[in-house]
Amino acid sequence: MAVPQVAAPPPATRRVRRSYQGWKFVGPFMIVFALVFLAPIVYAIYLSLYRNRLIGGNAFVGLDNYTQALQDAQFWSGVGRVGLFLVVQVPIMLFLALLVALALDSGRLYGKSFFRVSIFLPYAVPAVVAALMWGFIYGSQFGLVGSINDALGISLPDPLKPSLILASIGNITTWQFVGYNMLIFYSALQVVPKSLYESAAIDGAGQVRIIRSIKLPAIRGALVIATIFSIIGSFQLFNEPAILRNLAPNAITTFFTPNYYAYSLTFSGQQINYSAAIAVVMAVITMIVAYVVQLRGTKDL
Amino acid sequence: MSRFLKVAAVASAAVLALTACGGGDDSSSSGSSGGSTVSDADVTAALEKGGTLTVWAWEPTLKDVVTKFQEKYPNVKVDLVNAGTGDKQYTALQNAIAAGKGVPDVGQIEYYALPQFAIGKALTDLKSYGAESLKADFNPGPWNSVNSGGGVYGLPMDSGPMALYYNKEVFDKYKIEVPKTWTEYLEAARKLHKADPKAYITNDTGDAGLTTSLIWQAGGKPYTVDGTNVTINFTDAGSQEFVKVWQALISEKLLAPVSSWSDGWFQGIGNGSIATVATGAWMPANFVTSAPAGSGKWRAAELPQWTAGANASAENGGSALSVMDKGANKELAYGFLKFANDGDGVQIRVDGGAFPATSKTLADPAWLADEFEYFGGQKANEIFAKSAQQVVTGWSYLPFQVYSNSVFNDTAGKAYVSNTTLADGLKAWQDQSAKYGNEQGFTVK
Repeated sequence: MAVPQVAAPPPATRRVRRSYQGWKFVGPFMIVFALVFLAPIVYAIYLSLYRNRLIGGNAFVGLDNYTQALQDAQFWSGVGRVGLFLVVQVPIMLFLALLVALALDSGRLYGKSFFRVSIFLPYAVPAVVAALMWGFIYGSQFGLVGSINDALGISLPDPLKPSLILASIGNITTWQFVGYNMLIFYSALQVVPKSLYESAAIDGAGQVRIIRSIKLPAIRGALVIATIFSIIGSFQLFNEPAILRNLAPNAITTFFTPNYYAYSLTFSGQQINYSAAIAVVMAVITMIVAYVVQLRGTKDL
Repeated sequence: MSRFLKVAAVASAAVLALTACGGGDDSSSSGSSGGSTVSDADVTAALEKGGTLTVWAWEPTLKDVVTKFQEKYPNVKVDLVNAGTGDKQYTALQNAIAAGKGVPDVGQIEYYALPQFAIGKALTDLKSYGAESLKADFNPGPWNSVNSGGGVYGLPMDSGPMALYYNKEVFDKYKIEVPKTWTEYLEAARKLHKADPKAYITNDTGDAGLTTSLIWQAGGKPYTVDGTNVTINFTDAGSQEFVKVWQALISEKLLAPVSSWSDGWFQGIGNGSIATVATGAWMPANFVTSAPAGSGKWRAAELPQWTAGANASAENGGSALSVMDKGANKELAYGFLKFANDGDGVQIRVDGGAFPATSKTLADPAWLADEFEYFGGQKANEIFAKSAQQVVTGWSYLPFQVYSNSVFNDTAGKAYVSNTTLADGLKAWQDQSAKYGNEQGFTVK
């Protein structure tokens, strides 16, 4: 080791002359980020601390809107409804998506690309159009259900009645998002080296064993991601109830889902402040649930 | 980190600036209309002098009115904006008022929503403009609707005196008489549905507008408004009359479970499975465009009565033009209102198919003699004109009717799909509306 020719500058100086060059590069991003991402959140929180009334005007009320939200039976019934939706619909949808992805990946399916495209196609239909279309199908008077009843002389249960409406909405979202999730799983499966399957086969493993021991562990990350997306999607349920409400106004209330509740509060009652509080509470709930799922999903078995 | 803090500070300053725009809801301009009066000469002078007017309205016939108005007053430029129909426009209007920017000079506002804007000090009281002297020009129903809390908050543009539209072909086929009372209507509903299980007397999935209109016709006064003191009570005699008949229609499943304005509804009107529609006189144009299959088969009749032999009617729908309180040129705006709703504009809109609110038109023999092709050449205006004169007086809507109507299906709607009775449903509607009213600073009993 050579004797150092140049003495190192005193450490103290180095600390003072800190370079800010990096901030100049990230600056433009930070400004856009602050305006587009942070500002709306800050503004929503700001709004949620006030109450603007028809008589008496605007006043700072602190956390009153939050206390009200936490005691609001309508809000919690909406949360309960999307919770039920989440627990029932998401597993069904993801299971179907996984099944299709594994079938496509097995290479034993005839007309693979046809199935891949046709299962993915519903995802390309705009959500509003999809809801309108299913609305026509569900109509027990003038829709497809009505036509089937007439043609066969039977009486199918009305899919738009209060006890079935959530299942009917679940059917629409499943139809729409199976293809999307299938694509996530399928692309994850494509990355798994084929040599693993060959060596497993040489060791005498059957298809079921290969799926359980190689394919599923390999795409676990994709499964977690798809689950988190689906959880967020469930909590944000809005389009389908909003569209179907025109056909089933008594089955879908203005507080059917938390998102729809926030929308109704703002646009029918001008309760913008309370609506902002609902939105913040819902965001926190969604983050907690998604985070818990992520922690559980990525924990080593 | 200091640079980051600066960025954050700039961002939060921007947020504060935004909120400052949103929160700046001072009543600085609300004093301008108090006390001083504006004479007709002032309005004429303003029209001669000219200027620019922004009008927010969705009424299609106003387009021709604006053209003629600008011909007559060449110095005035009118900017007619369609900011959405009904609720959508109110949302835009509320936003503009809250922001204190982009508020139009004139806005179209439906009668049921007018008290809400009046109490929010969004509209100019036209009393100081001498609007009260125009009372005799308008039908009592719509005139009553623009009066709120002792002020006149607009001039009536159109109105919706109710009539019963029925499919004559279906009625003839099953030898059903046109019902004179709602009890007969219920009988007709039973007879029709028995004869043809696919046919219904009418559709209803819970409609706040229809419910309040029929209670209005029955003489019910569920809402009383005195400043910020409001009462809501759906147990009065008029409301009970309505509940009795409607509960029977619901319980016996005599109402088609089809929502109004849906495709299924227009199909049903066209193919005879929905036999009657009770609604405002503005309806015929909608029949023609959306249910052409029913042309020639339908007729108009007087609304069935709650008491045999009575002559009561009610309004359903209709709207006024109002001068916005935050508008820049109120004299000019009032000049436009008078032209469109009381002057030359009335005939232009009637020619365009609108249903007027002016008593002069309703007495015009040429207008009364109009033959409606959709109604097999029937002179339906005679029925509408009669209905307009028989509207029960003294009705008022809530100062927060827009909200209240939005929760009708959450509450009263339950009666249509479960074992909840209509009376209980209306009680729930009353409670929910009262809760909102109290939260908004009213005293609701």
